Amino acid sequence: MSLRVELVSPTERVWSGEASFISARTVEGDLGVLPGHAPIFGVLVDGVVSIKGVDGSATDFNVSGGFLSVSNDRVSILTETVAK
Amino acid sequence: MGAQLRIYRRRMRSVKATKKITKAMELISASRIVKAQQRVTASTPYANELTRAVSAVASFSSTNHPLTTPSENPIRAAVLIISADRGMAGAYSNNAIKEGEQLVALLKERGLEASAYLVGRKAVNYYRFRNRAIAGSWSGFSDNPTYEDAKEVADSLIKAFLADAQSDSNGVDEIHIIFTEFHSMLTQNALAKRMLPLEVVESSEPVAAGLLPMYEFEPNAGTVLNALLPRYIEARVFNAMLQSAASEHAARRRAMKSATDNADDLIKSLTRLANAARQAEITQEISEIVGGADALASASAGSE
Repeated sequence: MSLRVELVSPTERVWSGEASFISARTVEGDLGVLPGHAPIFGVLVDGVVSIKGVDGSATDFNVSGGFLSVSNDRVSILTETVAK
Repeated sequence: MGAQLRIYRRRMRSVKATKKITKAMELISASRIVKAQQRVTASTPYANELTRAVSAVASFSSTNHPLTTPSENPIRAAVLIISADRGMAGAYSNNAIKEGEQLVALLKERGLEASAYLVGRKAVNYYRFRNRAIAGSWSGFSDNPTYEDAKEVADSLIKAFLADAQSDSNGVDEIHIIFTEFHSMLTQNALAKRMLPLEVVESSEPVAAGLLPMYEFEPNAGTVLNALLPRYIEARVFNAMLQSAASEHAARRRAMKSATDNADDLIKSLTRLANAARQAEITQEISEIVGGADALASASAGSE
């Protein structure tokens, strides 16, 4: 099982693909998402979103706020600006 | 050279110069349409995800958020008109402005005052010339809008929406947007849409594959909506601006193409006229010479 992830900004689709683990910082604190996670919709604060791809590669993105939604192993991260 | 011929030649020169300009503008617009279209496409994933999220939150939470509940007694509505900064695009700006006039009339029928928010110099000039009140105006980026531009516009719209329309003369109860939808290279339509309060959320793709999930909200639905809706408005305004920009380029390309074609026709007919004038001149000269020679011949014949 893996997560289908999309990291999008208003101007482009920054990252999309399969991942095994995602961590992000919401207003409530750090949040980790593994496959099979319950549907959740969170507000992100400025911080790092790290995506661990199914091939073991890990990518970190600095995001400026945004949203994280998880449903049926589909994760979308919306943010205004992204820096690697 | 005769006077007639000189005038024809002068007009041909000026038409040729104009044709060069319109041809260049046509080519520039043609190359920019593609880029503008790509930007529209690049912005759709974000807009779609956001739309999906907003519809999920709005339909699965019972929170009464000011941004989703219509005012019981609306008195004012904001109308955002997106037009061009420059002309030479046929009826592009006019269509958007006309659509705006219709919407304002419609709002008046419902007893609502309209406050105008204008993007693009053409709309600003139209309102200024008629001495109408402008609530906000932005220009200088109509052919290449950035997300920051959209944010600026959306921010002031949201601010006006959150202000209480009953007590504050800047406050509005509804936000409508008028932009030009980019269908294809040949068709673009000016459209009026209501952005707030939210109605049936529309997007280019079917919103949900199957049912929308029962989200758990973090920290809670109200906070999420608070954070989500401004972003949603920004994304909508940005998308509208990008589509309008693409439409503007397409409209300009078409207008400049027909201008170039017209210049071609004009040059052709002027060439014909100039040729006829030259021929007439030559014929006249010949007949003058022949007439002169005849006169000389008969004069010298008479003297002998």
